[in-house]
Amino acid sequence: MDTSDLLILSRISKTFGEVTALRDVDFHVGKNEIVGLLGDNGAGKSTLIKIITGYHHPDPGGEILFKGKRIDNLSVAKARDLGIETVYQEKALADKQALWRNIFMGREMTTALGVLEIRRMREVTRRLMVETMGFTSAAVIPDTLVRTLSGGERQGVAIVRALYFQAELIILDEPTMGLSVSETRKALDFVRGIKRAGKSCIFIDHNIFHVYPVVDRLVILDRGHVAGEFVQHAVSLDELTHKLQEVARTGSLEGTPRDAGP
Amino acid sequence: MISRLEARHGAADSSGPGLARYGRRHAVQLGTIAVGLLIWVVFIIGAPRTFLSYNIYQAFMSTTPFFALMALPLTMVIIAGEIDLSFPSVMALGTAAFAYTLAYTGDLTLAFFACALAGILAGVTNGGIVAGLGIPSLVATIGTQFFWRGVVLVGTGGNGVSLVPTRGTVFYSMMVGRLEGLIPAQMLWTVFMAIAVAFLLNRHRFGAHVYLIGDNIESARLMGVNVRQRKMLLFVLMGVAAAFAGLVASLEVTYFWPTLGDGYLLTTIASVFLGGTSVFGGTGTIVGTFVACFIIGAINAGIVAIGLTGFWTQLIYGLIIVLSVTLQTALSRKLA
Repeated sequence: MDTSDLLILSRISKTFGEVTALRDVDFHVGKNEIVGLLGDNGAGKSTLIKIITGYHHPDPGGEILFKGKRIDNLSVAKARDLGIETVYQEKALADKQALWRNIFMGREMTTALGVLEIRRMREVTRRLMVETMGFTSAAVIPDTLVRTLSGGERQGVAIVRALYFQAELIILDEPTMGLSVSETRKALDFVRGIKRAGKSCIFIDHNIFHVYPVVDRLVILDRGHVAGEFVQHAVSLDELTHKLQEVARTGSLEGTPRDAGP
Repeated sequence: MISRLEARHGAADSSGPGLARYGRRHAVQLGTIAVGLLIWVVFIIGAPRTFLSYNIYQAFMSTTPFFALMALPLTMVIIAGEIDLSFPSVMALGTAAFAYTLAYTGDLTLAFFACALAGILAGVTNGGIVAGLGIPSLVATIGTQFFWRGVVLVGTGGNGVSLVPTRGTVFYSMMVGRLEGLIPAQMLWTVFMAIAVAFLLNRHRFGAHVYLIGDNIESARLMGVNVRQRKMLLFVLMGVAAAFAGLVASLEVTYFWPTLGDGYLLTTIASVFLGGTSVFGGTGTIVGTFVACFIIGAINAGIVAIGLTGFWTQLIYGLIIVLSVTLQTALSRKLA
């Protein structure tokens, strides 16, 4: 961990009533680094993500630094202004609304009085669809309702939305869940695209076979704390699988040197 | 390559498939309009003397606004996935504030502001309970419905207040006068309300957020929509509209009854659902509600014209609500 990191979280804890979701978590993402976040259900992955996106506020005592600056009272709007963008699996789309309304959800193009600039938003959506999402079917237009799209297409919409708004750090929450093999490949290509574009990414997934090939570093979360951390090229897929099983069994990685820096 | 694709997308926008898509998208609203026309034709055939004269339409335009003025903003509330059942009592609360301020000060402007303030107060209360504390609006607004009714009944001791002093004032003509002796002023207010609400819903950021909240509240929150503030504003709009509707309905008869609002719950809600607004939130249109209001108004008149007793009205409105929400759901599943 060094000060040139894009995002640094130190000693982050989060309790919901009696339940401790995160305990003294240290986590960081370097510039142009793809970090894989692994862990079982209930390990605290989503809580950690929701703290980074400003949805949850961490318990007092921790510290969040973005581009070296301390961030207090992070909110969803503030996180977005900083350039932290999340792609949630399907959840983040409004099904009964048109494609363009989803692209601009919560960030509509308006005049000073709040009047929607519908034509402009449709135009941008059309351009994004053709140039970035690769929708070539004439049946899909900016006014198409999202519920009529396939799972992969929805993922495309959510991903393109993040890209369009120039995110510095893109968080992918299980982007391959429920996708077909070819759709998964497309989603993984997008992760590589983030790397090429010089941006950073946190990639959360259950499936290490999806995470491993595209990340620079892997962080394993277990029962609310960081159980292990590996640089991708220093560990093979077999070793990793082995270690994940060990974590699942014991909750920690005894005797494994914690390899920090990228 | 890109230009060819764009050309294809562009073509899909305007030609045949676009029209079919429009029909599918607005199937429920088109259905409502068709039902409206059908009922109209039936009434003209059934009672040509009544339904071919202007009088009946003037009657529609004078009484339908009493609930249309509330059904229009209620459409937005329901699109956002919430409900307000307190508006009949808020009608009485607002008009009570008007009547008493007028009686004590004799100042119409002050009385009008008191009415609006009562509406805002009722809206803030509902909004605070629902958006602030996260209590389901169904329960919260049943509670406030009884509460505000109680406040009015206790405050007035159950007695009405005459509004005769308003007669002959410019204010009176503006609220319930007859334009050119033909068009009731409240009809113009209803048209104005419909245009304002439609603009807000379709052309403004506020409306975009209303749809998003009703469709997927979690994603709206995650994408930075201020859900709490939007809902608060919805309930305040609803409260003000209800107070205004109460005032219009009372001025029309120049008397304030403390039971004002009784009977408007069913007609208002029936109008929204008959107009094609989804009971699950996320979809609905102002055009649909507007047309449906007049269908409900016509049915009301029709029941009387046909010679059925007033007892039938509840049965019929109940049926309309149940039928429209079930048909709508069945239809949208089929078309999805």
